[in-house]
Amino acid sequence: MKTKNIMIVGVGGQGSLLASKLLGKLLLTKGYDVKVSEVHGMSQRGGSVVTYVRFGDKVYSPIIDKGEADYIVSFELLEAARYTEYLKPGGKIVTNTQQINPMPVITGAAEYPADLAKKMADAGIDVDAFDALKLAEEAGSSKAVNIVLMGHLSKNFDFTLEEWMEAIESSVPAKFLELNKKAFALGRDA
Amino acid sequence: MKTLMLGNEAVARGLFEAGCGFVSSYPGTPSTEITEAIAKYPEVYAEWAPNEKVAMEAAFGASLSGTRSFCGMKHVGLNVAADPLFTISYTGVNAGMVIGVADDAGMHSSQNEQDSRHYARAAKIPMLEPSDSAEALEFAKLAYDLSEEFDTPVFLKMCTRVAHSQSVVETGERIEVKKTYEKNPQKYIMMPGNAKRRHPVVEERTKKLVAWAEKASINRVEPGEDHKLGIITSSTSYQYVKEVCGDKYPVLKLGMIWPLPDQLLLDFAASVSQLYVVEELDSFIETRCRELGLALVGKDTFPCIDEFSQNLVAQKLGAYEPVCGAKLEDTIPARPPVMCAGCPHRGLYYTLAKNKVTAMGDIGCYTLGAVPPLAALDTTICMGASISGLHGFTKAGGGKAVAVIGDSTFMHSGVTGLINAAYNESNSTVIIVDNSITGMTGHQQNPTTGYNLKGDPCTKIDLESLCKAVGIRRVRVVDPYDLAQCDQALKEEMAADEPSVIISRRPCALLKYVKHNKPLEVDADKCKSCKMCMKIGCPAISMKDGKAVVDNTLCTGCGVCEQLCKFDALHAPKEV
Repeated sequence: MKTKNIMIVGVGGQGSLLASKLLGKLLLTKGYDVKVSEVHGMSQRGGSVVTYVRFGDKVYSPIIDKGEADYIVSFELLEAARYTEYLKPGGKIVTNTQQINPMPVITGAAEYPADLAKKMADAGIDVDAFDALKLAEEAGSSKAVNIVLMGHLSKNFDFTLEEWMEAIESSVPAKFLELNKKAFALGRDA
Repeated sequence: MKTLMLGNEAVARGLFEAGCGFVSSYPGTPSTEITEAIAKYPEVYAEWAPNEKVAMEAAFGASLSGTRSFCGMKHVGLNVAADPLFTISYTGVNAGMVIGVADDAGMHSSQNEQDSRHYARAAKIPMLEPSDSAEALEFAKLAYDLSEEFDTPVFLKMCTRVAHSQSVVETGERIEVKKTYEKNPQKYIMMPGNAKRRHPVVEERTKKLVAWAEKASINRVEPGEDHKLGIITSSTSYQYVKEVCGDKYPVLKLGMIWPLPDQLLLDFAASVSQLYVVEELDSFIETRCRELGLALVGKDTFPCIDEFSQNLVAQKLGAYEPVCGAKLEDTIPARPPVMCAGCPHRGLYYTLAKNKVTAMGDIGCYTLGAVPPLAALDTTICMGASISGLHGFTKAGGGKAVAVIGDSTFMHSGVTGLINAAYNESNSTVIIVDNSITGMTGHQQNPTTGYNLKGDPCTKIDLESLCKAVGIRRVRVVDPYDLAQCDQALKEEMAADEPSVIISRRPCALLKYVKHNKPLEVDADKCKSCKMCMKIGCPAISMKDGKAVVDNTLCTGCGVCEQLCKFDALHAPKEV
């Protein structure tokens, strides 16, 4: 199988590492070669963060380059818009509609562009935008946005619900398991 | 068992399986997780040292005692440890000693883009360079065998993309290795007479290592269908080359990048029409190839700046042109890293900015105080440079200024600068921003926190006593959440005619034990849109329709903005 590429983008601190951990575990149990590339250190402090998940028969490069992403999963709307060039033809963006102002917007040096989801669609991008934060809060915690997004992404794959649930069970602490299962279900149904 | 492991975790696993019994490191992105991961194995003693020089010397001592040892650091940390490095090369080891160093091409979290491979050549120490997690594990084990067989410390060189990428590894069992220490002054006391006898041993060792490298399976030729072109590469560059070319062209994949196998390089070059060397950062493999008289395409085509990617390699090899996704017409504002909401450094930096103080910065989360709107720093060079730089600046007539340095950085290499300030009677103020943790690298303990790497309580170095002991008479502590207190302390200490220390003390807001207050509320009727609260660059505050808005999910209720509001529009929620 040709290597598939999933980019997870968001704002440092939003929990993208857990999402990539979950995907990595699932894909490994399905017998794929897997590489997951993370960002640590300074960029984590509220900066734009990118995680690359790649899987297939044999994966070489740990990163995803422009024009290569089958899916971009975005925790925040501006971050989805930032990485559109990374989509391959026919690729898809799954994004939370939450907006978090970056510092240049907070200080007034720049503006947060309006109607980004619509503009992406107008540019011919297959974009699936939904309010993951609301669903996470409904599940019990705004921190579960990552699992809501995974639930929504899961609709694009043939893996069974049981397989996803096993990956969640091995990725999150037991005391948050029910919350995350609920978050996943809400994302999958949205 | 097959499992996904971060490159750094795989190094730790390799150390564990090789019977490593002693680890001493200083945290630094992208090397930190090696030592955090090894600390989870109860069989291995592991510690955070105050700096890389101490870590390397401790690892050498452990090797001498007969225990396989490791020290880990980032590329710039190796500069700190360079002094013992060059001489440990002469003494060699007893039990195996491995030095982990992680470069940061692309400077994801670093102040320069130094290529640490030069240290291998300069210090005449062999260097292994894995290209994924499986090799990280395998090479860590191999490094110990080489270290003992050739009586040398061995480098294990990582880079960000290998260190921070998870890939599949197969784990094995641990072996136990223990040697005995025997006194050997000719080998271990590097006085000139002995060192003169050791240097030829080192040169001879390198020759033997070259012979080993010629036949080593980690330096392998991967056949290709088309010999029009052949590529010599290593590390993550190898992955990009294979991603682009697959099995089309022959590839010489180097697992040991110093010393290099001259004959293998020559034979490979002779087998292809056009030789390429693909390596990130400096021309290192290329330099050796050119010394051997080989014609090649290298740094004339591939940049020595920034990290590579498959698209870059594809374009440079003329393999294909990437087809990018659509780009929006809107300008997408940058999202630089920022100090967190509730960060204790913020109040201190606001005070510095307000007083227009020249401030020498240092390395840590608090380097982010350089970013607008606070823009409170004038320099950032390396660990500890704030204090020594401040001394030179004020002594040479630059005027009154301050240094800002974190608790961990102060222990790393700030203390010596402060000794200089006391001894040579600097007329300057050093501010230690003590957030009770090593923040930027992800919350590592340090000598001032009272806990060790394993999380057990231990001796806590008292900063006030230490500063006084090195000769600073004026030492005071402030709470950075209290702006009036910070302002008063800064003005008084800068006015004093002697060196002084202000300890700005409050734990990092991200520490689990730190309790947050309720998010502040904005009284929209009272808000006059003066934007005073925006001057501290807090990500939890923004303006919406001309009024300040507080993000409930981010605000920790630290109250710094509240102190800036002249109209009492920001306040803690009223008790019901």
